[in-house]
Amino acid sequence: MIADFEYFAPKTAREALSLLSRYKEEAKIIAGGQSMLVVMKQCLLTPEYLIDIKGISALDYIKYDEGKGLRIGALTIHRAIEKSLVIQDHFRVLSEMEQNLATIQTRNWGTIGGNLCHGDPAGDPASVLIALNAKLKLASSAGERIVDTEEFSKDYLEVALEPNEMLTEIQVPTPPPHTGTAYEKLMVMRGDMGIVGAAVSITLKPGDGVCQDARIALSNFASTPLRAKKAEKRLIGKVITEALLAEAGEVASTEANPPADVHGSAEYRREMVKVFVKRVARLALERARAA
Amino acid sequence: MKGEVRELKLTVNGKPYELKVKPNTLLVDILRKHLKLTGTKIGCLDSACGACTVNIDGKAVRSCSVLALQANNREVITIEGVADGDKLHPIQEAMVEHGAIECGFCTPGMVMSARALLAENPSPTREEVREAIQGNLCADEGYVKYIEAIEIAAEKMRGGQ
Repeated sequence: MIADFEYFAPKTAREALSLLSRYKEEAKIIAGGQSMLVVMKQCLLTPEYLIDIKGISALDYIKYDEGKGLRIGALTIHRAIEKSLVIQDHFRVLSEMEQNLATIQTRNWGTIGGNLCHGDPAGDPASVLIALNAKLKLASSAGERIVDTEEFSKDYLEVALEPNEMLTEIQVPTPPPHTGTAYEKLMVMRGDMGIVGAAVSITLKPGDGVCQDARIALSNFASTPLRAKKAEKRLIGKVITEALLAEAGEVASTEANPPADVHGSAEYRREMVKVFVKRVARLALERARAA
Repeated sequence: MKGEVRELKLTVNGKPYELKVKPNTLLVDILRKHLKLTGTKIGCLDSACGACTVNIDGKAVRSCSVLALQANNREVITIEGVADGDKLHPIQEAMVEHGAIECGFCTPGMVMSARALLAENPSPTREEVREAIQGNLCADEGYVKYIEAIEIAAEKMRGGQ
């Protein structure tokens, strides 16, 4: 079962950061623990000190301002993001992503910050946030820094947090006009971890419908959430057709060596990435046209 | 100190408790072993089956996937706290009457998921009912009866009888 640890439940972020700077690598932060307790039960993770931040209510918020965009506190639970009216209105892709992130029980307790810090390449939020060009605020006792979501994941279950740092906020900019974003993943059952997933954001030039910008991120296709930059380049500067969508899928499927496991072989994942990039990009395009 | 017992204050089924627990204790173990509330079942202990679902502050949560200390100052309802004395909750009543029980092992978790759903949404669509119990596995494939029973209960609770 779970190995012994010393437990702290700080009431403020400042208190949590001071504990982190004291214990560094020997400490681990727990938020909802929906991913972390699984690895702790397997004794793959045996921290000496556990800093439980779930009770820090100051990091549980959703704020929106047209100029500044969306700000989500790291301890916001998945279900709150799914149900947020402001997110449904302005960032529907985030709400849609949350609906299938896991079962309701997990979404009722697990937090978006915890999901991102777990660093699982199959996690849904990272890919969607990369497509949305979101940034992450990391805090330590020494101060704060902002990183691109794309730069945050380093390898399987490894993220770019220093031992004295924790994630405090997710910052999602308001997308440019005529932008559509979508995310879908291949699941056996709704709420399952995706076998592969694709998040696509497309911005059209007003008037001629030429693709001005495209961002494509793939989940569970590499050791980190993967930005498919070559596939993006195929779309940018062109009027997007069915053939071009298929081409973007083909290109994306060559941008990594996908993992093979009980859920799917590498070949199968490549085939499914072709399908999902095409399908999701088509939906993003429809949304961009309607925006 | 590592493994040192900590104080845990929580309310379970309306009753306040002050307990001493080791930090690595899961909520489900407090419920079953310390409080002897064995209605909450352990199926997988791996966040997969939903048999251990309870309500924490009204929300359906898996008690095998929460540290007991994370329930500090919170209100937990288990299957033992759903009925009103000897009077079954409409969800329980509907499940009994509609035959939404096979072996019964997943039933407490199903009831707790349904209870959280109907507290938040008294008129769920079939899709919403399905979604609410998507994380509760029934090895007997008794899903349809469960879904129908939850719909019957919802109607009754809205006052339709």
